[in-house]
Amino acid sequence: MTPFTRLTGIAAPLPVANVDTDMLLPARFLKTVSRKGLGAALFRAQRFDANDVERPDFPLNRRPWRHAEILVALDNFGCGSSREHAPWALRDFGIRCIIAPSFADIFYGNCFKNGMLPVVLGAAQVEVLMADAEQPETAIMTVDLEQRTITRTQGETIGFSIDPQRRQRLLDGVDDIAQSLAFEEKIAAHERGWRIAAPWIRGLAADFAKTETSG
Amino acid sequence: MNEPRTLYEKVWDSHQVVDLGNGECLLHVDRHLLYEVTSPQAFDGLREAGRRVRRPELTLAVADHNVPTQDRAGGLSAIADPESRLQVATLERNCAEFDIPYVPLTSPRQGIVHIIGPELGLTLPGTVIVCGDSHTSTHGAFGALAFGIGTSEAEHVLATQTLVQKRSRTMLVRVDGALGVGVTAKDIVLHVIGAIGTGGATGHVIEYAGDAIRALDMAGRMTICNMAIEAGARAGMIAPDETTFAWLAGLPFAPKGTEWDEAVAQWRTLPSDLDAAYDRVVEIDAASIEPMVTWGTSPEAVTTIGGHAPDPAREADPRQRAQVERMLAYMDIAPGAALAGLPIDIVFIGSCTNARIEDLRAAAAVARDRQVAPGVRALVVPGSGQVKAQGEAEGLDSVFRSAGFEWRDAGCSMCLGLNPDRLQPGQRCASTSNRNFEGRQGPGGRTHLMSPAMAAAAAVTGRLTDVRALAR
Ligand code: SF4
Repeated sequence: MTPFTRLTGIAAPLPVANVDTDMLLPARFLKTVSRKGLGAALFRAQRFDANDVERPDFPLNRRPWRHAEILVALDNFGCGSSREHAPWALRDFGIRCIIAPSFADIFYGNCFKNGMLPVVLGAAQVEVLMADAEQPETAIMTVDLEQRTITRTQGETIGFSIDPQRRQRLLDGVDDIAQSLAFEEKIAAHERGWRIAAPWIRGLAADFAKTETSG
Repeated sequence: MNEPRTLYEKVWDSHQVVDLGNGECLLHVDRHLLYEVTSPQAFDGLREAGRRVRRPELTLAVADHNVPTQDRAGGLSAIADPESRLQVATLERNCAEFDIPYVPLTSPRQGIVHIIGPELGLTLPGTVIVCGDSHTSTHGAFGALAFGIGTSEAEHVLATQTLVQKRSRTMLVRVDGALGVGVTAKDIVLHVIGAIGTGGATGHVIEYAGDAIRALDMAGRMTICNMAIEAGARAGMIAPDETTFAWLAGLPFAPKGTEWDEAVAQWRTLPSDLDAAYDRVVEIDAASIEPMVTWGTSPEAVTTIGGHAPDPAREADPRQRAQVERMLAYMDIAPGAALAGLPIDIVFIGSCTNARIEDLRAAAAVARDRQVAPGVRALVVPGSGQVKAQGEAEGLDSVFRSAGFEWRDAGCSMCLGLNPDRLQPGQRCASTSNRNFEGRQGPGGRTHLMSPAMAAAAAVTGRLTDVRALAR
C-alpha cells in the first residue's frame, strides 16, 4: 500500500453534511471488476446533468479544484452502505485526504484500508479550512500525518489527533494483510492444531464440481 | 470451573489465532465463499502485492447475482449483458489463476452461494464461514459463525485465511410455544424484525433458541438466520441438534464413518452452557405470531396480513412521520389501508431466504390445482440446481407449471436488480426474498416480503391474501 506521510495539495470545499455512499458512487456502477476508473463516476449525479454534461457549478468541475487531493466536508461523511466502491471512487479521482467534523464508521475504516487519511476536526476548524478551500489563493494546504498537523497557505498550523496504530500503519504503508502475515507462525500453528481438533474440515479440489457426483 | 459460554463464544474461542489488543483478534476462517460482484478487486489487490491465496482449497466460488435464470446452456455466452458477463468471466479467470474451486454456470451444482454451501456439506457446526455478502448469516443455522465481509477483508482472507475482528455482543432471541397453522419461519423472523427494528441487533450476534426454533427444520432455521442481518445483527446462530445432524449425514463433504461420530460428539459440546450470559434477551411467544407481510421499504415496516399500513398523521415525531409518508408514497399505499386485498403484479418465489426444497413444497401445496390469477406473472426460482432437480423428481415443476407459474434456473434472480429478472417501475411484487428497499428488485419496483405459502396465495388470488383462508 502507498504510505501516507505528508500531502501538499489543493483542497476542494464540499459544504454538505451526510454525504452518502450512493452520492459518492451510484449503485449502477457496482457492475465493475476494477477499483480503478470509478473516479469518473464519483458524485455522478452532482457532477453531471442528465445528459452527462458537467455541471459548471460543482466544485470538482472547476479550476483549481479539478485537481483536488483533499476534500473538506461536513458531518457524517460517507454514511450508507458498506461498499468499498465509495472510497475507491474518491481515490481514483485523486483525493487522498478528507477533512470533516465526523465520518460514518465503516467508511472511516475503509479509508485506512485504501491508503487514505480521514481527518476529524472540530466544526469551527473545519469552517476555517472550508473558507480557505473556497478561495483559489488559499486552497493549497499541507496535511502532515507525521506531525499530525494541517498547515494553511499562510503558514498557520492546526493539529489533529488520530489513533496511533492506524497512523503508524498509514505512515509505513503497511496494510492489514501485511500486519497479519507477520503472524505467519501463529497462523500455521493454529491451522495444525485445528486440523487435529476438526480433521473433517477438508479442502476441495479446484475441479471438484466436475468430478463430484450429486450426493 | 470454566466460565459458562455461549455458542458464539465457543466458536470464536476455538478460532482465535492472536489477540491483537483493543478487543481485536485474528480469527481463523474455515470456509471462504466468493461470487462475482464483490471479489474482482480483492484478486486485483493480491496481484498488485504479488500475494498468493493461502488456502484455495478452503475457498469456493460460484456466480449467482448476475446470472440469467433461463436459456443458459451456453454458459458464459448466455449472459447477454456485457458488464454482467465480464464480472462472471473475471471470476472464472481469477479462480483458474489462483486454483480456487469453482462451480460453473453449467454445473448441476450451481446455485445461490448460501444455498450450495450447506447442500454440499461445507457448512458444518462450529466452523467460521465468511463471504463478501451480508446474507452469509444464513449458514449460522448449523451452529457456524458466519458473517458478511467487505472486499478488503475478502482480500485479507484470501491472503491469510484469517480476519481481524472485534468480538460482538450477544443477543438471545427465545421463541417458545407452538406456531399456529399457516405460520412459518419467515413469519417468525419478520415478527422479530418488526419487534426489535432494523437496528435492533446492531453490534450483536443473535442466537435463536426456544422450542419453536427447535421444532423448525433446517430450511426454516436457515431462513431466520438469513434475515438476522435485517435486524442489524452481525450474524445469526442456532445450536446444532439432532435435526442438524440428520440433515448433514451423507452430504458430499460432511464427515463419514468414524469421523462422523467424532464430529457429532464434538458438535454436541457447542450449544450454549446453561448459565451463559447474553448482553440482551428478547422473548417471543410463538402462538402470538401470524402470517406477516411488509408494507414499506424497510423490513421493519411489517405487520400481520390482517393488519393495516400506518397512518402518518398519528406519528408524533416529525422525522418518523416523514419517513412513513415517504414509504407509503413509494409503495403507493393509502395511509391506514388494509394490506389484505392489495392487487399484485408479480410473484417471486426464490432467493437465499426461501428457495430451498421445503419452501417450494410449501408454495406448491397452495398452488396445486389452482391457477395463477389473470394478469399476474409468477416466478419460481429454485435456489440451486440441486433444489431444481429435487423439485422435478417430486413433480413440483408440473404442479407449478400447470398452475401457470414459470419454473426457472437457479440464481439470485429477482431478489435484486443485477440480472434480467427485475420489476418494472410501479410493479407490485409478493416476494419471498429479504429486502424491500426502494429499487431493490428493479428501479421503482414495490416489494412486499412474505413466506413462500403466502406468496403462492398471492399468486392464485392476485392479491395479498391470508394463506389460511385457502386451507383445504
Ligand atoms: S438471493 Fe438475494 S440476498 Fe441472497 S445472495 Fe442473492 S442477491 Fe443476496
